[in-house]
Amino acid sequence: MDEIKDVTLIGLATAYVFLLILLSLLRREKVGHQWELLLSTFRMTIQLVLVGYILTYIFDNPSVWFSLIALLLMQGFAILNTFQRVGNVPRDMKRIVVVAMFIGTGITIFFFVLWVFRVEPWFKPQYFIPLAGMMIGNSMTGITLGIDALLGGMKDNRALIENALMMGGKPSLIVKEVSGRAFHQALLPTINSMMGMGIVFLPGMMTGQILAGAPPLLAIKYQIAMMLGILGSVVLTVFVVIKWGSATFFNHRAQMK
Amino acid sequence: MFKLKNIKFRDILTVDELELKAQQVTCIVGKSGGGKTTLLKLLNNLISADSGTILYKDREIDTYNPTTLRREVMMLPQQPVMFSGTIRENFNKTLRFTEREPASDEVFKDLLQQVGLNLPLEADTKDLSGGEKQRVALARVLLLHPETLLLDEPSSALDDETEDFIISMVVDYTRKRKGTLIMVTHAMSVAERFADVTITLFDGKIQRVDTLNGTL
Repeated sequence: MDEIKDVTLIGLATAYVFLLILLSLLRREKVGHQWELLLSTFRMTIQLVLVGYILTYIFDNPSVWFSLIALLLMQGFAILNTFQRVGNVPRDMKRIVVVAMFIGTGITIFFFVLWVFRVEPWFKPQYFIPLAGMMIGNSMTGITLGIDALLGGMKDNRALIENALMMGGKPSLIVKEVSGRAFHQALLPTINSMMGMGIVFLPGMMTGQILAGAPPLLAIKYQIAMMLGILGSVVLTVFVVIKWGSATFFNHRAQMK
Repeated sequence: MFKLKNIKFRDILTVDELELKAQQVTCIVGKSGGGKTTLLKLLNNLISADSGTILYKDREIDTYNPTTLRREVMMLPQQPVMFSGTIRENFNKTLRFTEREPASDEVFKDLLQQVGLNLPLEADTKDLSGGEKQRVALARVLLLHPETLLLDEPSSALDDETEDFIISMVVDYTRKRKGTLIMVTHAMSVAERFADVTITLFDGKIQRVDTLNGTL
C-alpha cells in the first residue's frame, strides 16, 4: 500500500475558500439559504474535528468499553434521529424500534466483525467503530422509511382493515399488504445503491480506501463484505420493526387502536 | 343469544338491558347518531364497552377469541371497502384473511348471482358503482357462511327495487339456514315487513322494542 497522501491545512483552507466564493455568489444572486450552508459547514467541521480527536484517543487506547460505549452512542443517536424524522411515533412502536435496532444491527455487527472481517481482538476500534457505524446508519435510514410507510399505510387503509376485521380476518394476515409495501420502501435505498454501485458511483468506503492508497481489488473485497453487512443489517432491523410493529396497531381484542 | 346489561360506550350508547334472540330477524332503527352502528360494533367485538356486560351464548363476549367470534358473528359496514384488485381477488383475499380453503370460480359466480350482480370476476372493483360495491361486499360475507349477520344499512346505496331484492334475499338466506340477522336500517318499511323484533334507538338509548306480539 502506498503511503497515505496527507491533506495539508492550506489545502483544506482552499476548500473553505471555494465554498465562501459559492456562498457570496448565492448572496449576490439572492438565492438565499447561505446561512443554512454556513451553519451545516460549521457543524460538520466541529463534529468531525471532535470525532477525529476522540477516535485518535480510542485508537491509541483500545478497550472493550470504549468500543461498546461508541456502539451505544451511535445506536442512541440513530434511534433519536429516527423518532425526530418520522414524528408522532406511537409509544409502543418506539419500543419496537429500539428493540429492532439493537437486535438487527447487533447480530449483524458481531457476525461480520467475528466471522467475515475476523477482527482481532473483536473490539479493535479501527474496524469495530466504522463497521458498526455504517450498519447502524443504513439501518436507521431503512427503519425511518419503513415505519413512515407503515404508519402512513395503516392510516390510509384503516377502513379497509376494520372491514376485514369485522369478517373475522386475522390481523397479521390483513396487514400483510401494508407491511409488505413498508418493507419494500425501507429497502429501496439499499437496493438502489447496490444496483448502481461501481457503475453509477464508487461507494464512499471504497473511495476512501483507494484515496488512502489501497489497491482497488482489496478495496472492493471490503466494499462487497460491507455491502452484504449493510444489507443484512437493514433487512433484519426492518423485518423486526415491521413484523412486531404491525401488531402494535391492534389491542389484545384484535381491535384497531 | 346476546344479553346486554348496563352497557355504556362513551356518550354514544347506553343500554340498561337488552336481549337479542337467535334465529330471529332484528331490525335496529332510529335517527343517525343514535348509536345503531355502535351497537353492531359492540356485538362484533370490534369495540368494547366502557362498562357493563355483553353475554354471547351465555358467556362473556370478552372471553371469546375475538377473531373466532367475528367468524360466527360477522359485520358488514355501511360503506364497505373493497380490497384492491378484481372481484375474484376480493373473494380470494376474504378467504385468505379468514384462513379458509380456496374456492372455485363457480362458487364466486353463484354468490354474485345471489346478490343480483351480472359482472365478470375479472372486473376491477375500483370501477364499480357504490351499489355494486355494497353487493360485492355482501357476497364476500356470504362466502364465509356466518351464523349471525350484522348488517349496517346494507341497502343504503341501492335503489328501491334492488333494496327490496337484496333484503328479501338476505332474510330468506338467514331463515333457511336458521341463522340470525341483526340489521340497521333507515327504512321503517323494511323493519315492518321483515323484522321479528324492531329496536328503536334515540340519542344513544333504547326508546322502544317492538316484537310481533307487541311492544316491550
